[in-house]
Amino acid sequence: MIDRASLYDMKIEDLQPLEEAGVVEKEKIRIRGLNVWFSKKQVLQDLNFGIMNNSITAIMGPSGCGKTTFIRALNRMNDLIDTCRTKGEVLLDGVNIYGNGVDVFELRKRVGMVFQKPNPFPKSIFENVAFGLRVHNMANGQRLKEEVEQALREAVLWDEVKDRLNESALRLSGGQQQRLCIARALAVKPEVILFDEPCSALDPTATAKVEDLIRRLGENYTVVIVTHNMQQAARVSDMTAFLYLGKLVEYGSTRDIFTNPRNELTEKYITGRFG
Amino acid sequence: MSMFPHTFLFGKIKPKRARKSLIGDSVFKNLTAIFALSVLVLALAIFYELYSRSQLSINEFGLDFLTGVEWDPVDQIFGALPFIYGTVTSSIIALIIAVPISLGIATYLSELAPKRLRSPLSFMVELLAAVPSVVYGLWGLFVMVPWIRDVLQPFLESTLGFLPFFQGPKFGIGMLSGGVILAIMIIPTISAVSREVMLAVPDTQREAAFALGATRWETIKTAVLRYAATGIFGAIMLGLGRALGETMAVIMVIGNRPQISLSFFEPAYTMSGVIASEYIEATQDLYLSSLIEIGLLLFIVTLMMNIIARLLVWRTMRKFRGAKE
Ligand SMILES: Nc1ncnc2c1ncn2[C@@H]1O[C@H](COP(=O)(O)OP(=O)(O)OP(=O)(O)O)[C@@H](O)[C@H]1O
Ligand SMILES: [Mg+2]
Repeated sequence: MIDRASLYDMKIEDLQPLEEAGVVEKEKIRIRGLNVWFSKKQVLQDLNFGIMNNSITAIMGPSGCGKTTFIRALNRMNDLIDTCRTKGEVLLDGVNIYGNGVDVFELRKRVGMVFQKPNPFPKSIFENVAFGLRVHNMANGQRLKEEVEQALREAVLWDEVKDRLNESALRLSGGQQQRLCIARALAVKPEVILFDEPCSALDPTATAKVEDLIRRLGENYTVVIVTHNMQQAARVSDMTAFLYLGKLVEYGSTRDIFTNPRNELTEKYITGRFG
Repeated sequence: MSMFPHTFLFGKIKPKRARKSLIGDSVFKNLTAIFALSVLVLALAIFYELYSRSQLSINEFGLDFLTGVEWDPVDQIFGALPFIYGTVTSSIIALIIAVPISLGIATYLSELAPKRLRSPLSFMVELLAAVPSVVYGLWGLFVMVPWIRDVLQPFLESTLGFLPFFQGPKFGIGMLSGGVILAIMIIPTISAVSREVMLAVPDTQREAAFALGATRWETIKTAVLRYAATGIFGAIMLGLGRALGETMAVIMVIGNRPQISLSFFEPAYTMSGVIASEYIEATQDLYLSSLIEIGLLLFIVTLMMNIIARLLVWRTMRKFRGAKE
């Protein structure tokens, strides 16, 4: 198989036949000419790159460079901000999510999200996981219970909570809450999961657990993870994108970026010599 | 504070060791404690005063005062049940009308209205809470009561007339008007406080729901209303408190007849209403004492409402906030 990263400036139309033939890895998301503004201020500038199917892509960069804005562009969460304007395309399986007639609610079901701070609902553990299933009418009765259990197992939380499903989710520890939020996202069977600094509010032990989990999820889902933490990016991701001042500075396999950065800025950043 | 818990509780300052700021701290604590205590003392004093002045009527009627339906100053027979019934029923009617409307207003103001409109609209709602109740009463008497008589009562009779509540002569003036005017008066309070509470819900909660593909309504229901439930309940209790004690506007539209009728079209009388309108003519001791006993009852009822509300709030908190807090 040809390393997709080495072809990253090839046109998607030219790549698709190769994908189908199984010669290159499949791209799940393609970002084309993505620009985002908050009021007059441009936060993302002309981003162009692809995110591989069933892989983990880390988004790195200094504070304020637009990492959060970027991943929120992938499930159109930026739509909720009045002052935000988006131009360009984000193709999910080849279909532009900013195109006409796209159902955002369906989109957000396919592209799940886990936030920086754990944000469970003030409901029971069970109801937290069941929320998405109920909203999308995906299951009820016995099926609902099974789906909830499966999501909790997938998030490696089941054994810790199986006897207290009806307790408030807010009684869980921070790390458990974050895994609950992951289970909640997994329950609706997304294809892509976005993580915005998922461990920044957790202690090292809880962080290790969540990282393990994310690495495992990368086998069956397309994962995009924003992180400040270079070691974390190196540990969990297959691909790394380095953003600086709203621009994509470098994108490639995590190994290459960390051992052999092509751009001087990237090198400075990963070696910690950044202004 | 954790080092010398007794210092602020009992005011035993240790002068030799304490630095200046520590002395200042404990003076401040003791002073505020005194203020807080004085409120309690005042409440107890009011209670005692009401209690001692209603002795005459308590000795005369005993518990019959609570169940007595007759109010006859000429024969010196006094029973408070019609007033209790009037106050409680008109307040319940008010809540039934006001709660859904207020929650709608609060939801619109905090979640749905265009950003530019939110502040001016909220300001106007809060302004309504400041209108003196006698003004509501005037408006109620000249505008609302005729409308209730000519439109609302015929409508209720033709649709829900099979219920005993919506039968009988249609005067306009009566329990229904009392309930509606109370509803109008507590809507600003409940909506303004609910809105504040809903604004306090962290955005991360809304985002959690939206990110799962929830619609705006599902998000409001799960992330906002659920999270704010305790505070909204508090807002409703505030409204209820106002409804129970409201006097002037209700006197002007409820008809002030001490009777217990299932029909909301019939006139009624409230506890605060009878005190306000009859204390001047209550020249005999027993009459006055009976009025004061009604005041005592009103005091106890509102106190109990508050205690029940707090207990419910406390239970909700425990359920949702987790054991840690
Ligand atoms: N709602 C908003 N309104 C206006 N400007 C915003 C908004 N959100 C973000 N910005 C601006 O956009 C830029 C990028 O923000 P973003 O949150 O995407 O950065 P980030 O890379 O995630 O930073 P951090 O590492 O601190 O989380 C910043 O300059 C920020 O001030
Ligand atoms: Mg961020």
